[in-house]
Amino acid sequence: MKPPRSMNTISGVGQNTISAARVFPRVLRASSGAALRSWPMTIGSSIIGLLVVAGWVGPSILGSEAIQLGASGFAEKASREHFLGTDTFGRDIFVFVFHAIVPTLTIGVIAGGAATAAGVVLGVVSGYVRGPADTLIRTAADIAITIPSLAVLIVIAAYVRTTSIEMMALVVALFAWPWATRVIRAQTLSLREKQFISVARLSGYNGIEIALKQILPNLLPYVMSAFAGTVNAGILAAVGLQVLGLGPVDTPSLGLMLDESFRAGALIRGFWWWWLPPTLILAFLFIGVFLLTVGLDEIANPRLRTRVDR
Amino acid sequence: MGLTPSYVTRRILLFLLIVWAAASINFFVPRFAPGDPIAAIIVRMETQGGRVDNPKALIAEYRRTFGLDKPLYTQYLVYLRNLSHFELGPSIVFFPTSVIDLIAARLPWTVGLLLTSLLISFAGGSILGALMIWPRSAHKFRFIAPVTMVLAAIPYYLMALLLLWLLAFTFSVFPIFGSGRIASNLVGLERVGEILYFSILPSLSMVITSVGLWAVTMRGIMVTTLGEDFLALAEAKGLPAARIFIWYGVRNALLPQVTGLAIAMGQMITGAVIVEILFSYPGVGSLLFNAIRTNDFPVIQGITFLLVVSAAGAVLLLDLLYPRLDPRIRYEAA
Repeated sequence: MKPPRSMNTISGVGQNTISAARVFPRVLRASSGAALRSWPMTIGSSIIGLLVVAGWVGPSILGSEAIQLGASGFAEKASREHFLGTDTFGRDIFVFVFHAIVPTLTIGVIAGGAATAAGVVLGVVSGYVRGPADTLIRTAADIAITIPSLAVLIVIAAYVRTTSIEMMALVVALFAWPWATRVIRAQTLSLREKQFISVARLSGYNGIEIALKQILPNLLPYVMSAFAGTVNAGILAAVGLQVLGLGPVDTPSLGLMLDESFRAGALIRGFWWWWLPPTLILAFLFIGVFLLTVGLDEIANPRLRTRVDR
Repeated sequence: MGLTPSYVTRRILLFLLIVWAAASINFFVPRFAPGDPIAAIIVRMETQGGRVDNPKALIAEYRRTFGLDKPLYTQYLVYLRNLSHFELGPSIVFFPTSVIDLIAARLPWTVGLLLTSLLISFAGGSILGALMIWPRSAHKFRFIAPVTMVLAAIPYYLMALLLLWLLAFTFSVFPIFGSGRIASNLVGLERVGEILYFSILPSLSMVITSVGLWAVTMRGIMVTTLGEDFLALAEAKGLPAARIFIWYGVRNALLPQVTGLAIAMGQMITGAVIVEILFSYPGVGSLLFNAIRTNDFPVIQGITFLLVVSAAGAVLLLDLLYPRLDPRIRYEAA
């Protein structure tokens, strides 16, 4: 038996919630109008796209000989051979920056992915099943939100020296899940009262089917916005830990560049070409992810749009 | 009255639960992590030129002093009992100075710097955000929106780096390092001036990167407030625009902003750790950083515990005060 046509709307367009695979493009189509019109979305995704391409293609073109220790002169200023000069280890900074982009993004994507996945599962269970599970998840999320994450991350990172990018990302994800859980739970709560859910229930669907086929597809915009938000928080926390010297040191990353330049006293010694490029690229990256989050939020939550409706 | 006894009990229980959870993380993470702080002390003693003839006896003595010779659950119970009396024990590196004394010496510096920065950016950001969405404000405020949003996205520590480089290193307007010494031979007004001079740059980096956040949230709240019926009524009555803006718009929109302020106050000490290190500011943050580098576990635990208690305490206080601030809020028994 076919489930009924959904009454639910995300941005004013009714959609069929037969399966996630079929609904996916519809959700995007329904919201793409607003998405394309909002400038934060356009600029944000361009910035991220540019960085991903640069990080992906750059290293294979530039090779990795120039970032071996002692490959060139030490702490040289910018020149024709080294566009951005070299660091005190004799590595070319221009080449190093390109190698550092993807690992930095990886931390964010793993941390954001893990946190969002946990948030979706916990949020849907909490919002749809309710009862003791809801109380438990809500209390745990409240506690985790109130605890200043950087404080605990510092303790964990100081004791369990994070040796790999992946481990670092998972440690950071420990404190990113409650936000995602809250957003997803709130949306699930309002979705479960919608008529099409009652219709699905009356049509003989069981709880898991409703959660997967009716609720999950309608959560998609919120999941995307939660993902962007947690990626941002993940990179922010990870770079913060790296600046404190608590990050992995074997993979080149933008945070590691900052850490190494501080340790070498680059700031006082005037080697600005060492720490300035990673700082600017990180700022660029944060602005990109932030704009993307703003754009996605506008889709997910029309109330956030910036015009006064009267 | 919005406060019911059951609501108050639930909030206080949650507060205790948060503190207990954080204290337990603090206790168990170090004990299950590799590395032995006592062995580290002996190594430090030896590298500092001392010869340790009977390391076994010394290790046993240290273990007794720090209570590490007892079984884990006894240590845990003793730890919880001491915490409830705010007894954090002596620091390992600055032995035998107590952790409380170390923190107490640094705390006024951190709170002074951060509270000022926070209040400046809260006030500035809220007014800016309200003006950005107010239909009658000058057009220039609308162009500020993208700028503040962009600045809000940059982490404060990167902003601190850029400011340090531009204003202290390149143009020497402000001091580079040694910002704000605890000891100084200046007194009175000159001393105040000195502290201000050293605090402007770290404070500026935090204000610049957070004004935008307050502005963005304030603008979001103002959108809803401006759509309310009582605003239309005020306009229909012909009240002056400034009065509508401040007493009908900002005043109502400010309440949710205060929530953010309380949470930010609780978390502010954590927020400044990296700025304090970059500017070598003598606050709690740099104390924490040095404790991490020297494996001074009691100090690390003491500071993180303080951070958690202040954050959870701010939220508790807010929950209890909010019904008084906003009479529309009522808490029903669940």
